[in-house]
Formats: sequence, C-alpha cells, structure tokens
Amino acid sequence: MSEYKIEHHTYDVVVVGAGGAGLRATFGMAVKGLSTACITKVFPTRSHTVAAQGGMSAALGNMGPDKWQWHMYDTVKGSDWLGDQDAIEYMCREAGPAVIELEHQGVPFSRTEEGRIYQRPFGGMTTEFGKGIAHRTCAAADRTGHAILHTLYQQSLRHNAVFFIEHFATDLIMDENGICRGVMAWDLANGILRLFRAQKVVLATGGYGRAYFSATSAHTCTGDGNGMVARAGLPLQDMEFTQFHPTGIYGSGCLITEGVRGEGGYLTNAQGERFMERYAPNAKDLASRDVVSRAMTIEINEGRGVGKDKDHIHLHLEHLGSDVIHERLPGIAESARIFAGVDVTKEPIPVLPTVHYNMGGIPTNYHGEVVTLKNGEPDTVVPGLMAIGECACVSVHGANRLGSNSLLDIVVFGRAAANRCAETLTPGAVQQDLPEAGVQKAMDRFKRIHHADGKLTTAQVRDNMQRTMQKHAAVFRTGESMKEGVAKMNEIYASFNDVSVKDRSLVWNSDLMETFELANLLDCAQTSINCALNREESRGAHAREDFPDRNDETWMKHSIAWLDEAGKVAIDYRPVHTYTLTDEIEYIAPKKRVY
Amino acid sequence: MAEFTLPANSVVKTGKTWAAPAGATRVKNFRIYRYDPDSGENPRWDTYQIDLDQCGPMVLDALLKIKNEIDPSLTFRRSCREGICGSCSMNIGGTNTLACIKAIDAFDGDVQISPLPHMEVVKDLVPDLTHFYAQYASIKPWMQTQTPAPPDREHLQSPEDRKKLDGLYECILCASCSTSCPSYWWNSDRYLGPAVLLQAYRWVVDSRDEATGDRLDNLEDPFRLYRCHTIMNCTNTCPKGLNPAKAIAELKKKMIERR
Repeated sequence: MSEYKIEHHTYDVVVVGAGGAGLRATFGMAVKGLSTACITKVFPTRSHTVAAQGGMSAALGNMGPDKWQWHMYDTVKGSDWLGDQDAIEYMCREAGPAVIELEHQGVPFSRTEEGRIYQRPFGGMTTEFGKGIAHRTCAAADRTGHAILHTLYQQSLRHNAVFFIEHFATDLIMDENGICRGVMAWDLANGILRLFRAQKVVLATGGYGRAYFSATSAHTCTGDGNGMVARAGLPLQDMEFTQFHPTGIYGSGCLITEGVRGEGGYLTNAQGERFMERYAPNAKDLASRDVVSRAMTIEINEGRGVGKDKDHIHLHLEHLGSDVIHERLPGIAESARIFAGVDVTKEPIPVLPTVHYNMGGIPTNYHGEVVTLKNGEPDTVVPGLMAIGECACVSVHGANRLGSNSLLDIVVFGRAAANRCAETLTPGAVQQDLPEAGVQKAMDRFKRIHHADGKLTTAQVRDNMQRTMQKHAAVFRTGESMKEGVAKMNEIYASFNDVSVKDRSLVWNSDLMETFELANLLDCAQTSINCALNREESRGAHAREDFPDRNDETWMKHSIAWLDEAGKVAIDYRPVHTYTLTDEIEYIAPKKRVY
Repeated sequence: MAEFTLPANSVVKTGKTWAAPAGATRVKNFRIYRYDPDSGENPRWDTYQIDLDQCGPMVLDALLKIKNEIDPSLTFRRSCREGICGSCSMNIGGTNTLACIKAIDAFDGDVQISPLPHMEVVKDLVPDLTHFYAQYASIKPWMQTQTPAPPDREHLQSPEDRKKLDGLYECILCASCSTSCPSYWWNSDRYLGPAVLLQAYRWVVDSRDEATGDRLDNLEDPFRLYRCHTIMNCTNTCPKGLNPAKAIAELKKKMIERR
C-alpha cells in the first residue's frame, strides 16, 4: 500500500493559482455554469497580485483625450516589437470594459473631482502615438493590486467558487497523445494527494522572480506552472526577457511604484542631476522600465551612484508635498519608512533596478490556450491546457512590459479563458479515467523528492541559483559572462539530484514545498539564461553589450525552449504575429525605439 | 477547591537550544513555539541563537535564516515580505503583528514568537484560519446593488465619498486584530471579531452599495456585533495602523440611528 492517501476529484475546469488571473477565470467559469475548482498554494488574498501598486491601464479618457489605439501603439513599442499584435489589440480594446467591470464589482478606485476613476501617467504611456503624456493608469491610491485582488476574491465568494486552498500543485497529468487531462496537488493541511481530472487545466501560477537573489517578487513567485509545463515536454517562450523595475528599495528590494514618477517624482545621481533627461529627452523619468533601469545602471557603473559605495540612485518625491503623498502614495511612504528609514516628505528614497516581472512564460494564443510548435505549425493548440497571467506569454508584453499593463493582462485574459471554456466545453461532459502512466509519473516524482536524501540543503541550491542568475543574467549582459553563467547553472541544475529534504512529514511540510518550488525555479532559470545567451541582439529588457542593437531581420521571433530531464535546453522559434485582430487598426511596423 | 484539567498536549515544554556559531558577534535569542502534529508530543519552545550581524533587520529575516541555515523543519507562512499580503501574522514579543515589517531591534531582550493566540495550531507558527475566513464570507463582502450599473461607465463617486473607505479597504485579513481580542477568544463561534466587522463597515459606508439595511440586519444579534466591549486591543495591534474599534463603534451608532 502507498504511504500516501490519495483522493480523486472531477471538475469541468481546474484553475491552478488564485491571483488576479486565476480568480477572474475561476468565477468567470462558475458564472458560465462550468464546475470549476481553483487550487492555490496560498489563501487567495496572499497572492502576489496584492503587491501591485500603481494601477491598471485602460484608455478611459477620464483625465484627457485617450484611445485604445494609442494604448496599443505604446504597448507594441514598449514590447520592442516582440509582442503579438493580434493579442495586444485584444487586450487594449478590452481594457476599458475590464476596468468598468471591476468598478462595478466594487474596486475602491481613487476619484477625480467629477467622481470618475482617477488615472495617472505611467512610463511609456502616451497620447497620439508618442506625442503627449497619457493619463491612462487607473489607480486606487498606490494599492491598486490589493484593491483588485480582494475584489476578485469577493466576487469568487459571491459566485460560490470552489477552492482548494493551501494545496500545492506538483505536476500536470498528460496522456500519451500530449493532451492535458488533469493535475496532481498536495493538500498541506492533511498531507492528502489529490488527483484532479478536468476537461481543461488553466495555469495561473504567476512569475518566477525568485530565480534571482534580489526581486520585488514575493517568496511564493517560483514559476510553478512553468516548471509543470517544462516537465510535460512543452516549450517555454521568451524566457530571456526579465524585467528589472527601476525602483526597488536599496537593500530589501521592496517595490516602489512607478506611480511615484507618474505623480511627478524623479531620479537623481550623486551629482544631484536628473540624469533621465539625457537618456530619454521627451519622456524623461517616464520612459519605459528597461530604458530607465539601464540608465540607472550606467550612472552607477560610471561612478555617479549615491551612497557610501556609490551603488544606488535617489528617488525624490519630497517636492510633491504631504497632501499628494498622503492621498496618492500612502503605501510607498509606509514602505520607505519601514524598509529604508526614510521620511519621503523630507528625503529621497534609495533605489536600485530590481527583478520584477517575467515577460516570458507558457506560450498561448489570445484565448489563453497553450500553443506549441509541432510538425512545423507554430500555433498548434495543446488540448486541455490553458495559461493566463504572468506565467503565460501571449505575448502582449514582448521584450518589455509597460507598467500597469500587467493588472490589465490578468483581468482581460482571465476573462478570456473563462469565455473560451464556456464556448468550447460541455458542462459535465463525461471524462475518461486519468492515464495511469501520467499519474504514476507524478506519484513517482513526488515520492522521489519527498524522500530526497542528498548532501545539499534546498536553501543551498537555491542560493547558488539566485546568485548565479543575479550575476550572469543582469540588466546588461555579455556572451562571455552568460557562458560562464550557463556552465554554472548546468552544475547547479544537476546538483538538485543531491538535494535533501530534512522534514519527512506530510502536514505543512514547508521544507518539501520549498524543494518542489526550487525544482520549478531551476527549470525557469535554466531556460532563461540559455535563451539569453542564445539571443544575439538587444531588445527590450534583454540588453547585450556585445550585440547592442536590435536585429529585426534575424531576431524578430519568439524563442521557445524545451528542457529535458538532465537540464539540457533545446531552442527553436515561433514567428511574431505581425497582424492585428481586426481592420480597425493596422499592423504597427517596427521602427527605432526612442523615448 | 476547583480543579482544572488542561486539554491534552496543552502544556508547552522546553525544547532544544540551537547555539550560535562560534565567533558570533551580536547574538540574540529567538524562542519559538514548535508543534509537530505527527509526533503526538506536546508543543515546545525551541531557542535559536542568531548572530544579528549575519541577519536581515526584520523578524521574518531571522525566521528565514533559521529555516535556511539551521532548522529546515521550522514552519510558518510568508509571502510578500513587505506587509501587504498578510501571511506572516504571528505573536511576536506578546503582540500580534507581521513578522516581515517588525524590526528585530524593537525588542530589547529575547524575542518570543508564537502562533496567533487562541487559534487551533496546525503546525509550529501556522494557525488554522478556516473559521476566520468563513466569518468573512458570512458578511457577503461584495458590492450589492438593486439599480442596474451604468452600462458603459463607472458609478460616479465623489472624492469625499471615496475618502470614507480609507482606513477600511486597506485591511489585509491577517487576523492580528481578531486574535488579539479577548471577546473573540471566548466567543469566536458567534462573535464576528474586529477584522470582519471592519469589512462589514467598509460595505456599509460605500456610497455605491445599496444593501446597507440587509447588512445591518445581519449584525443585529447579541453576539455578531455586540460582543465588542471596546477593549481596543484590535486597534492597538493592527500592523497596518487601521482602527477596527472605531469601525465597530460606527456600526453600533448606525444601529441606534435607524431604530
């Protein structure tokens, strides 16, 4: 008899993850009459969506003229033309209705004098195709993610969605034809292994910021969906594109929203110079994130950093006055006080570019269906599997995401996934038994890691990986350094075979959970650094000192990377969608990206 | 003379001490409540000696250091590490708070850490919050309206009306307040507690919500609302600086006003 207690469950849809995307999908499915379960490793309001601060973009035009077409142009340009324009059109068109829907559900947005939703400027968000500054980012002070996540959880309660809370999903159950048939999850409260059978599994597991030593990401951002997909023999896309947020607090890495600069804040170097004026003469401090992070890094590298070690930059908002700070930016004032000991009404915040967002992930179409390159066909849908939110690569963010486009992404594509399931699934349709080989594979892996008895601790392997990624896949990259990084990562990846789990229990064994998370992080880190070495150009967040220019002729394509069990990465490509969804807007052709 | 029988496993015993590494320069003792549900044994206080020169500034940093470098079996919830997700609420030095935003140097002597008080303990510092969450769901914490929403725009809400939500919507459901409340300790089966009442009030004062009457009806009960005896522990302990006691007082006022 197995040492594990196993229980079986059947639903029309199983959503993995309860951040913004997962919750929007979950209750959307429930409303449409599909039996839906949401599996989540943390209680829904603990998901990392809660930490989003600045806002959610939508061309409502509450505070000046705006059009979704301008938003689309900015997003395409922000993506450095790696984004798929059909998906970007879909997202920007749906943005207005998505925000209005959230307001109707009760999100406590800040308000204009007229009682409309307050909108602030954000990096890379312009009017008239780059001419003016747009007020496009809908904000609830600087706690917009918190406000939205709690509202989406409330809607899930309202619609009686079924949750499996504090359950860790370990593996997808695939059949011999490459169809996803379900997922296995471990119930932390009692140690039961649950086998879920579903017509569709929707991954909404978020990013993998914790592959790095310093990240704004929560401890729980461990790329669990990406790991599951890689182990299922499917590729991950554009993993080389990691966004560094310009303003993580020096030391702790906690996020300080771009909304600070949207409200009029600015960066200075050791000479007190507003250096962004040199790098982005028009947008200045509101250039897109990759541009600002590189500028800050250059300032520091050239000896103009602030502080004793000249290793960071100052972010000023003292001039905004305490009224604006109190009303619009209360959360970051609190964070700066707690984590930097700074009174923002009097002093600047010490900041540093910090890993923040993963543009890459599980390739999907704009319905949220996972796609792969199969028999030369790059848009082949993987039956039974969807991915939404940060774990997905639709690709709406291409090589660089614009601030406030991620809260938009999760709501729009969470909803799109629910709509797609409603269109394509029959509620209560009879499902075959789970394939035995797939279940056995997941069980064997669980058992192997549960009893891992090597010489290294989980924390040691994780630390090795994080330091390697931090050093060799940073804001600026060179082939030489990345080659070294890949060699190190190969060793670290292999060292997971020598990991040990010290705690053998099954109830709330967080040592074991962290080991599963580490396995997922290693898959992400390994594909990320290999794709980074492979891409010999600079585009968006991927800045190569040895290949400083964008090369559209060779590289305007998505990298897709398969990982084998030994950690070997095989890379191929999918074309960028150079067409739009409707004839209401034309394809936006590549040009030089200047801010 | 009255005799009391304590429930099984309720006496916390002295556990293991993990000594500081040789050469440690600035040592602080962390006394941490440990409970292993599989062992059948009583909970215990383990002591970990940490060199603060090799540790981050927050209590969570010390817990992570212990887990990563000393004892991987130590179990606690954590996620955002910046005070917004509400995972790492626990009792530190006698006060409920978030480990991630509580500085170690706020404590002079040893730092004692236990789970949120008066909750069933699942393991170590992880309490069972199922009932707390069910109480939250019981107040129907979502917007309820009769009037159809405007078809293609937001509800209008003046900045003044929006301001009424400040100090309420920011709650992170960490349960620090509810589990600090003696009234909640004795009557949590029926008293909703400060966190949930704060949220009840958040919907009552939202100018867009149209279910105020129903919401107040639901609280018209000797226990759900009126077990608050203005002890004020909730407001004292809230790691986000919110004032649940005031929200409860406002609810009571509304109850009287509508009589």
